[in-house]
Amino acid sequence: MGIRVIKDKCTGCGICFKICQYSAIDITKEVHTLANGKKAKKLAIIDLEKCTLCGECVKPCPTDAIELKTKTHEFEGKENYKNVMVFAEQRRDELEGAAFELIGKGRELADKLGVDLYALLLGKDLKGKPEKLIASGADKVIVISDDSLVNFLPEPYTNILIDIIKKYKPSIFLAPSTTQGRALLSRAAGKIYTGLTADCTGLDVDSEGNLLQTRPAFGGSIKARILTPNMRPQMATVRPKVFKPLEEDTSRKGEIIEEKVSGELLKSTTKFEEWIEDTTSAISIEDADIIISGGRGLGCSDNFKILFELAEVLGGAVGASRPTVDEGWIPYSHQVGQTGKTVGPKLYIAVGISGAIQHLEGMRSSDFIVAINKDPDAPIFKVADVGIIGDLFEVIPELKEKLKRAING
Amino acid sequence: MKVIVCIKQVPDPEHAKMDEKSGTVVREGVELMINPFDLYAVEEGLRLKEKMDGEVVVVSMGPPQAEKALREVIGMGVDQGILLTSREFAGADTWATSYTLAKACEKIGNYGLIICGKQAIDGDTAQVGPGIAAQLSIPQITFVRKIDEISEKNIKAERMVEGGYEVISSPLPLLITVVKEINEPRLPTLKGRLNAKKAEIAHWGPEDIGADKDKIGMNGSPTMVDEIYTPDLSKDGKIYTIDQLGEAAEEIVKKQKEMGLI
Repeated sequence: MGIRVIKDKCTGCGICFKICQYSAIDITKEVHTLANGKKAKKLAIIDLEKCTLCGECVKPCPTDAIELKTKTHEFEGKENYKNVMVFAEQRRDELEGAAFELIGKGRELADKLGVDLYALLLGKDLKGKPEKLIASGADKVIVISDDSLVNFLPEPYTNILIDIIKKYKPSIFLAPSTTQGRALLSRAAGKIYTGLTADCTGLDVDSEGNLLQTRPAFGGSIKARILTPNMRPQMATVRPKVFKPLEEDTSRKGEIIEEKVSGELLKSTTKFEEWIEDTTSAISIEDADIIISGGRGLGCSDNFKILFELAEVLGGAVGASRPTVDEGWIPYSHQVGQTGKTVGPKLYIAVGISGAIQHLEGMRSSDFIVAINKDPDAPIFKVADVGIIGDLFEVIPELKEKLKRAING
Repeated sequence: MKVIVCIKQVPDPEHAKMDEKSGTVVREGVELMINPFDLYAVEEGLRLKEKMDGEVVVVSMGPPQAEKALREVIGMGVDQGILLTSREFAGADTWATSYTLAKACEKIGNYGLIICGKQAIDGDTAQVGPGIAAQLSIPQITFVRKIDEISEKNIKAERMVEGGYEVISSPLPLLITVVKEINEPRLPTLKGRLNAKKAEIAHWGPEDIGADKDKIGMNGSPTMVDEIYTPDLSKDGKIYTIDQLGEAAEEIVKKQKEMGLI
């Protein structure tokens, strides 16, 4: 294990120095001979005290002069892990859209690998749901029904998941990167010692059956491809709204497997007391295809009303920049950005938001960005597909009418 | 009650700039700071200490320079800072990080509560908190925005989820991860700063926490980074003035139709 600079390959070009997030690389003056006989005047030095072995410098090096070595773990019986399994997430005993998105993507992966696609469904009242999952692309649906599973609780859900993994040995296990999916898979991967990659926006498989997991970091300014080369299953949480569900086809055939679990597995230390609905918005920003976010430019709490009206026309949710939340204009659950939520909807409309880097990193992975601001130099315009320079109080009402007309006809 | 808080030092986004041409974020001359969510975790620990007469121990895993983060929280009133530092810890993914922090929590022992920030802003995984709870086989409540009730034995807390809040109760010990809404972190006091200067920060390596060396650092990490790349984020967005609103609206609607939003 370790990282080193291969001296006779390093030209001292400084690319790694610029990339390093931890200031662990220095370029020193040192004349040395390269493998090709040429002389180089500079050399990269890695400060091992600061280096975190993140590996970010390895691939960009034009002369392959940085070597990162890692020990490989042996995992017994890896070849017995074959199929693809997805977690059919429910919220308060209702199937979530993300379940169908995962089945859509899982179908593609299973077909490439030539294996079966399983869906795991836990809950109380599951009537008709396995059929729906099969019609959406699952080959087999494992169903576990118990009154105590009506709400998500980490311990019983994790116990059951581990039990099912041991029995069915999936090579790939996917769940949505929701609060539930993240809490569940982190706990399960922790217990069974396997790799888990968070919030993937790209998934593929290679010829050896490795799951190629692509995820954004630093709000999308960097993308990383992550593998779990040795351990099984390869677990990932997947960002909702990225992959598309398949058209439902009721002629699809599949198998419903009802599993019984022991009372021991259903035990929970934590107890679900109560559900409190957030009534400030009809759609939450995590679930929205369209987000209209307001910033300081709104001036006061009341003016968020304008955005809620626009959100209603477009069928979107209302987001907010940090200053508006700190001022108490809108609840924290609406905050987009580094200390709020990272979102990636199809359409993001930023209204009166200047675009501090902390905000940008929370929304840059949106597919299409519209910015409305009176300051033509606002950084938000640099990430926008459509920018409108103008006073938001003039722009929004007019834009709303124009959009309304266009949508209706 | 003894509260353990886990913190991480991350690159400070304030020092990042956007490259005008490529649209990528450039981080040069990196400044490090405490992960913002971890400050809420520290603050919550301090409030519980004041309320319930206890102590707050803060743990961080990182290079020796992460000692600065621990001194900063001692300045806020934290009783003890412990740095898990060793070459062998480097390159840890979320699994190996959870394992290492859990081993440290075990060694500290006798805790009622472990608090983590909901996620670190560099990786955004939210995996380490529940990972620690899994290693220690203690219950977890993630994304907590409010502790409704707490005693030496029990807790009732609200977790922030999609579309609302779940109220969860549990006996202690347990692990919670917190969101920003839970509190407003205090600033270090003058007296605190003096304490921080004098404070001894324990450095623990793998032997000190009894860690299995095959489970720490890069060697112990089930995941590996295959490739990191900077996507091309440059946009040639169109800029409209208020007189061209009709055209702007048309373009937005056209895109909405393309994306199946209408």
